[in-house]
Amino acid sequence: MEMFRPMKGGGASVWLSAGEATLLRTLVVPVLDLLNDPDRPAPSAGQAQSAEQAPPEPAESDDLFDDLEKMFNETAATPPEAPADPVLARLLPDAYTGDPEAAGEFRKYTEPSLREAKKYFAQTMLETLPPKGGRVKLTADQARDWLRALNDVRLMFGVRLEVTEDFEEQLASLDPKDPRVAAFEVYGWLGAVQESLVRAITR
Amino acid sequence: MSVAPAEVDLPWSADEVTPDKPWLTIVWNDPVNLMSYVTYVFEHVFGYPRSKAEKLMLDVHHKGKAVVASGTREAMERNVEVLHGYGLWATVRQDT
Repeated sequence: MEMFRPMKGGGASVWLSAGEATLLRTLVVPVLDLLNDPDRPAPSAGQAQSAEQAPPEPAESDDLFDDLEKMFNETAATPPEAPADPVLARLLPDAYTGDPEAAGEFRKYTEPSLREAKKYFAQTMLETLPPKGGRVKLTADQARDWLRALNDVRLMFGVRLEVTEDFEEQLASLDPKDPRVAAFEVYGWLGAVQESLVRAITR
Repeated sequence: MSVAPAEVDLPWSADEVTPDKPWLTIVWNDPVNLMSYVTYVFEHVFGYPRSKAEKLMLDVHHKGKAVVASGTREAMERNVEVLHGYGLWATVRQDT
C-alpha cells in the first residue's frame, strides 16, 4: 500500500486499491455491529432504556409520588457493568479499577455518548472510502476520525488474537496453515496504515 | 406550608471526602496501541509538547502505567472519556 501523505490544512491523503478499500470497509463493519449490539442496549442516564422495554407510562402524571418513586428506583438500580464481550469491554473500558460502583456510575453517564462517538468515527471511514479504490483525501478532522476508527479495529483484532507486544514473534511461531496467520497479517498491515497516518498528520 | 426537617443525614461520610488530594488520570500499557499514536494523543488531547508526550508514552510503555494529568475529579473523568474515545486504556483515581 502507498503510505499516507500530509496535505495542506492538517489533512492527509492516500491512494487505495479496490482490494484495500474493500478490506478496510469489511473490517470496520464488525466494530460498528459490536457498538450497535442489540443484546446489550446502551445504559441510559435516567431515561427509559428503549421503547420495547419501557413499561407503558401513564399519558399524564401529575402525581408527585410517582415521580419520586421513579427517581428512587432509578437511583437504586444497579449501575451497569462492563460489557461481557471482551472486545466491547476493551472499546468501552471501566474508568475506575477496584471500584465497581464508581465505574458503573461513570459508565451510566458516558457509555451512550462514547458508543455514538465511536460509531461516528467508523462511519467517517465508511463514507470516505472510495467504493472502487482510488485517492482518499481526508481533512484534519476526518484524519483524526480515521485514526480512532483504525485503532478500534486494531483493538478488536488485538483482543480476538490475544496479541502481545511481540506480535511479530507470535506470527512467526504459528504454523503456516494456522487460520490465524491471515488475521495476524491483516493486523500488522492495519498497524502500518495507522502509523503512516499518524506520521502524515504530525510531521 | 411545610415542616422543616429536624435533621438531615448527609448521604456521605467524612472519611470518603479528602478534598486536599488531587485526582489523577492514569493511562495503562496496552499491546495494541502504537507508540506514535499514544504520543500523538497526549499531544493532541492535553496540548503537551512532543518531548513531554513522548516521555509519558515511554513511562506507560516501560512501567505499565503513568499518571498523565491531575486535577479535579470532574476534569479527570472528562480526560478519561476523551482518552477512551481514542482507544487508550485510561482510569481515574484519587492520589494517595
